[in-house]
Amino acid sequence: MSVLVNKDTKVIVQGITGREGSFHATQCKAYGTQVVGGVTPGKGGQDVEGIPVFDSVQEAVDNTGADCSLIFVPPPFAADAVVEAVDAGIKTVICITEGIPVNDMIPVKQYIKTYYPDTVLIGPNCPGVITPEEAKIGIMPGHIFKKGNVGIVSRSGTLTYEAAFQLSNRGIGQSTVIGIGGDPVPGTVFADVLKWFQDDPETEAIVMIGEIGGTAEEEAAEFIKEYVNKPVIAYIAGVTAPPGKRMGHAGAIIAGGKGTAEEKYKALEAAGATTVKNISFIGEAVEKALRGE
Amino acid sequence: MKVHEHQAKEVFRKYGLPVPEGYPAFTVEEAVEVAQKLGKFPVVVKAQIHAGGRGKAGGVKLAKDLDEVQKYAAELLGKTLVTFQTGPEGLPVSRIYIEEATNIDKEYYVAITLDRSKSKLIIMASAEGGMEIEEVAAKNPDAIITEVIDPFMGLRPYQARNIALKLGFPKNLINKVASVFLKLYDVYMKEDASMVEINPLVLTKEGNIVVLDAKVDFDDNALYRHPDIMEMEDPTQESELEVKAKQYNLNYIKLDGNIACMVNGAGLAMATMDTIKLAGGEPANFLDVGGSANAEQIANAFKIILSDPNVKAIFINIFGGILRCDRLAEGIIKASQEVKPHVPIVVRMEGTNVELGKKMLAESGLDLIPADTMWEGAKKAVELAQGK
Repeated sequence: MSVLVNKDTKVIVQGITGREGSFHATQCKAYGTQVVGGVTPGKGGQDVEGIPVFDSVQEAVDNTGADCSLIFVPPPFAADAVVEAVDAGIKTVICITEGIPVNDMIPVKQYIKTYYPDTVLIGPNCPGVITPEEAKIGIMPGHIFKKGNVGIVSRSGTLTYEAAFQLSNRGIGQSTVIGIGGDPVPGTVFADVLKWFQDDPETEAIVMIGEIGGTAEEEAAEFIKEYVNKPVIAYIAGVTAPPGKRMGHAGAIIAGGKGTAEEKYKALEAAGATTVKNISFIGEAVEKALRGE
Repeated sequence: MKVHEHQAKEVFRKYGLPVPEGYPAFTVEEAVEVAQKLGKFPVVVKAQIHAGGRGKAGGVKLAKDLDEVQKYAAELLGKTLVTFQTGPEGLPVSRIYIEEATNIDKEYYVAITLDRSKSKLIIMASAEGGMEIEEVAAKNPDAIITEVIDPFMGLRPYQARNIALKLGFPKNLINKVASVFLKLYDVYMKEDASMVEINPLVLTKEGNIVVLDAKVDFDDNALYRHPDIMEMEDPTQESELEVKAKQYNLNYIKLDGNIACMVNGAGLAMATMDTIKLAGGEPANFLDVGGSANAEQIANAFKIILSDPNVKAIFINIFGGILRCDRLAEGIIKASQEVKPHVPIVVRMEGTNVELGKKMLAESGLDLIPADTMWEGAKKAVELAQGK
């Protein structure tokens, strides 16, 4: 079992004729994902490596029955691309685009919540979602993942790879791996994904990788206390990050003394999560947790 | 992006906010000139740096005549101002702001920013102006009045009036104060700010409302639609290496340690710094070369980290995803030929085409120290930096 996406998920790629879009659409398809179409306004009728291109998301949905969209549209137009997808009935929108103005995302998030409460937006500024050996819908290197029973949720792309790689090397597979992204207004937060993993009968343990900035990890800790009884292994990046400096991700900033790694670790420990301070030992910690140690 | 007070006030003026008359000056002569233009005394001479706490640090002076303007301008210009927000190294004062003085009766605080847990903007206000809001929040959280702004409706006039009422403004000023809040919201939305702050907002002895200090941070992601704001950037307020890194499109932040790191991905870059610390060392920088770095960018990244004189060792930590390890190895080899590194380099590489990448590095003849895991790499780099 898995959450959010599987081998039956039908994906369209918005921005498919761009450099990133065409490369990753092809890579996802090669992994085995059902990439049924793409969208670039004005380029309908063309194809990208055999994937048909449509002028609008609605047209793509009507012709392919797609239920998921992967977005590579450039930042100035990406928020609109998300709205177009949800308006066309797409149920899972995964937005890879980095650099979308925050003021563009605030109303989009409220729009989805208000009019499409069952629709899920992952990202923006994220690596995407993978259910190993079924569907890769994102930019992650597929070969480091392995099918199994550990769910991973992370704000950081390369740290997701690091964690999955350590698990796979130890023979521990993953149910689904979700990168929720490094922006200050993410479509999906830790608590949402923790619920999916808790409710998924085949996910046995959850790896949660957070970073400095905001309070999403503290809210996740609250949720774990209330709802999650599966083992949660958590890591937070940025113990050494200085305050007031944006550490790459727009959302990774300690502002007004808030959002430090220490606070987040403390909240997660109080909620009963196992915390790992050294990312190199996350695989070992998961192995122990699965053995019930 | 941060801007100076005088630039923030310039933006505020455009939106009709009540800002006192004032002009920036880059030299003592200019300071005298603009003080004459103001035509009345006293005037306030304010150091312009990208940090708060200037008053307590001696960066704000009241001048009662032209001689004093000249004296304070000479004192402040070229000085490095250290405030509780700048860190011990301080920030250089390359410009000052000369402004008409205000007769303060009472000070207030107001700011608009994103509440990340709600994914909505909030407006915060307090009758304890002049103080840092964090201080107020810690000591007396009830003193902060907050209204959540609905993304579809915007800040409503009634919400703005409610804040003014709760702050205790005289009834005849409620609409005037509310209009300040609404205009501030206008600035936030139309200029794509990530934070706007008036601290203090002043009720003058004459019964007027005045924006005495102004702060605006702009959303970097939205700068493309504000070319006029982009021009306000002041590179003197950032470290030289950070400015250079920006030109190369690299994400670099200088730190105080002696182990430089070069990493792909912001999260992994932070984790690498943390791992160095756990191994007993101190990172010299945060550096994310991004997911699509090529040989040239790696060479530029090398130049930047090598020009930090504190650096005693380099730790390259790459998780090759879409960016293949062989490409990275090629970049490292090219870069080391171009910029001869004078300190030991530890390389940890993992992911796509890692075997080929490792082979290329081994055969390159470069003096690179391989590591299999992040932890091993960090430990080696720390030992080397300590001269072991």
